[in-house]
Amino acid sequence: MSAIVQVKSLSKSFGSLKAVQDLSFSVERSDIYGFLGQNGAGKSTTIRMLLTLIRPSGGEIELFGLNLKTHRREILQQVGAVIERPDLYKYLSGIENLSLFAKMNQVDFSRKRMMEQLELVGLADRAESRVKTYSQGMKQRLGIAVALVHDPQLIILDEPTNGLDPQGIADMRNLIMHLCHHMDKTVIVSSHLLSEIEQIATRMIIIDHGSKVVEGRVDELVDPAKTVVELETTDSEKTRNYLTSSPWQKVVTGFDEQKVLLQMHREQIPALNYDLVQQGIGVLSLQTKNSLENYFLHVTAGKQHVGTFAN
Amino acid sequence: MLALLQIELFKIFRRPRTYISFAAIAAMVLIVQVALKADGVSYLEFLMGGMKDSIEIPYKLVLNGYLVCFIILNLLLIHVPLLVALVAGDSIAGEANMGTLRLLLTRPVSRTRFMLIKFTACVIYTVMLLIWMALLSLVLSIWLFGTNDMIITRNDVVEQIQRSDILWRYIAAFAYAAVALTTVAALAFLLSIFAENSIGPIVSTISIVIVFTILSEMQIPIYDQTIKPFLFTSHMLAWKGFFYSKSNGEGEAIAGSIENLPAIMKSMSVLLTYIFLFVGSAVVIFNRKDILT
Amino acid sequence: MLKITITIFLSLSAFAIRAQDASALIQKVKAKIESVRDYQAEGVMKTNVPFLKVPQSDVTIYFRYPDKLKIKNDKGISLVPKGAVSISLGNLMNNKQFTAIPSGEDKINGLGVTVIKLLPKDENGEIVLSTLYVDEARLLILKARTTTRDNGTYELEMIYGRFAAYALPDKAIFTFNTKEYKLPKGVTFDYDDGTTKKKDVNPATANKGKLEITYTNYIINKGLKDSVFL
Repeated sequence: MSAIVQVKSLSKSFGSLKAVQDLSFSVERSDIYGFLGQNGAGKSTTIRMLLTLIRPSGGEIELFGLNLKTHRREILQQVGAVIERPDLYKYLSGIENLSLFAKMNQVDFSRKRMMEQLELVGLADRAESRVKTYSQGMKQRLGIAVALVHDPQLIILDEPTNGLDPQGIADMRNLIMHLCHHMDKTVIVSSHLLSEIEQIATRMIIIDHGSKVVEGRVDELVDPAKTVVELETTDSEKTRNYLTSSPWQKVVTGFDEQKVLLQMHREQIPALNYDLVQQGIGVLSLQTKNSLENYFLHVTAGKQHVGTFAN
Repeated sequence: MLALLQIELFKIFRRPRTYISFAAIAAMVLIVQVALKADGVSYLEFLMGGMKDSIEIPYKLVLNGYLVCFIILNLLLIHVPLLVALVAGDSIAGEANMGTLRLLLTRPVSRTRFMLIKFTACVIYTVMLLIWMALLSLVLSIWLFGTNDMIITRNDVVEQIQRSDILWRYIAAFAYAAVALTTVAALAFLLSIFAENSIGPIVSTISIVIVFTILSEMQIPIYDQTIKPFLFTSHMLAWKGFFYSKSNGEGEAIAGSIENLPAIMKSMSVLLTYIFLFVGSAVVIFNRKDILT
Repeated sequence: MLKITITIFLSLSAFAIRAQDASALIQKVKAKIESVRDYQAEGVMKTNVPFLKVPQSDVTIYFRYPDKLKIKNDKGISLVPKGAVSISLGNLMNNKQFTAIPSGEDKINGLGVTVIKLLPKDENGEIVLSTLYVDEARLLILKARTTTRDNGTYELEMIYGRFAAYALPDKAIFTFNTKEYKLPKGVTFDYDDGTTKKKDVNPATANKGKLEITYTNYIINKGLKDSVFL
């Protein structure tokens, strides 16, 4: 597999603050690459360095096998990005905004093509409306359209679900999957919504305080055998007593007054539910906690730099 | 390059606030013209009061379109730079404020080219503003007040220019004024890269122009001999030099002449140097700037 | 004693005779001047005033005896000094108001002239003294210097040519006093080109202005409408 993005020993300091330190990672063709970290971890700084918005203090960045410093123009012709909240020209309409950026990228900015692009993101019926009348979700979709207008190979999305409602988040997720699976794009998604990354990403990196904590395939980090389950019932004491005296005790990891925490295989969940009901215990809620989230909290809190799993 | 320039001009002229400048100039010019039409003679009596004891002044002939245009240009010295700064100061800061700067800079266009195109768009806007002002202040004044010889009052001399000798001077003066205003635009453009809100660069530019103008106009030897020759505001008034004729030593103005063309050219070269410095600095600094907005 | 008395008597008599000659000469000159009741002339006007920088202009001069004079520029503006009405000699010449006093002889441009002073009989009038330099042979006034009560001294020099028979000059040079002109720099916002202007400190020329008209054509005694003098 060929790396679309190759970052070696990247660093960035703002005065005495080291925002990114000795960061190395790679993104393969057709990856949906999750870029994870807490607020202030250095995600946005790294992404802005990939997009030449910020000058690195050290290290090298290669995209499509070309050095970013010396081949900026050719590289950016193949990159589309949505950085944080996509702000566009509020006094222009959706189609005018799109045409403007198409023209900047020296691609076909005919009305027909612009309408096709807007159709792709579900904004065709609001093409002539000024952006200031758009909702946040519509602006986000228009931002995606702008990022795609020149048919780039690599798409970078920095916090693309910020400010979106659940439907918007779902739409964004579907769009990313469509871009990768049907349009053969490579996508880098930076987010702090681990549940979303878990659902769509193929590979991911977790950074903390500007350094890599772990990088690897999501399916290797997110083990279904280690699903965390949070259980709430009508009778906490009875539930506790039953679980600790049954074979389920092996999977119990913790209690509080209201809830029980277990770690088990996802496929055992229906059986647990059945047993509780058989014991006359009413199940109020049975939630699977993101094992990725669990892993993330564990590695970032403990500051364990586990390294890179096998690709 | 042309396509990118078209985009920038499209953005400028689609923005409603751009037309505030054109409306403001129209209002200012019309206010002056109406005032002079109503009672321009009183204003001339004030200007020429120092010689009315010696000379018969045909005020109604003196108050013609060419003089009215000159008066308008004189009065709008401070105001037009503000309007120029309005767009130039917004050129980068406005994009940063809107959040569109990061979108623009991730396009396959070098930052140098981006900056030069942005500045070129500012210059085109400035020139269009000046053309608008020329149309209103010269063409409309001629229509309202007619034409005749032009009498201009300087600090210690009154000059008369024959009507056939005036128009080319105005063309030269407006061309010079374009360079002078471009200098203000260049300053606002430079300051624009340091802000994420256009108010800062606009106010800073105007403050600098006002302070430097005061220093340029004050007759204090310590300033006259040190900093005044280097202030760009000292050279912005050189457009008036096109209306100062040479004398033959016997008080007679020589038609078609300019009193001190080398001085005007020197002033222009100072302004062009400032433009180069401001824009050059803006490009160099912006090329190294981290975009965090 | 007798000799002194005779000498004084003869001197006074000579003076009286000369004064009568002067008066008679003035009458003859005046008669020649009065033969022109009105004229319309084309000319080129040059102005040399310390605070003025103006181009020479083509003007039309209208005159009606004794003291109506108007200088007009139909193609532009002419800044005419106040008192330019004194370019007419008419109101200097009415010796009902003046006493003519012979004052010897002089030369102007190599030509011998008789100098006659006119003292106004009205002691409260504007004019204090006029000195005329007369070419007796041609009955032409080549120069007139007039001192006024409020406006200093002005001078009128005439150069005659084709129209000498009518006592109309080919060129008239009018020299007069001016006041200093200054406007605050904060009002004018002049362009300062860095040069220092030289101030005229010569008392002969400082605060003095000159108006020169070169006449190219006269239309004499054809009548003029009152409106041209407005």
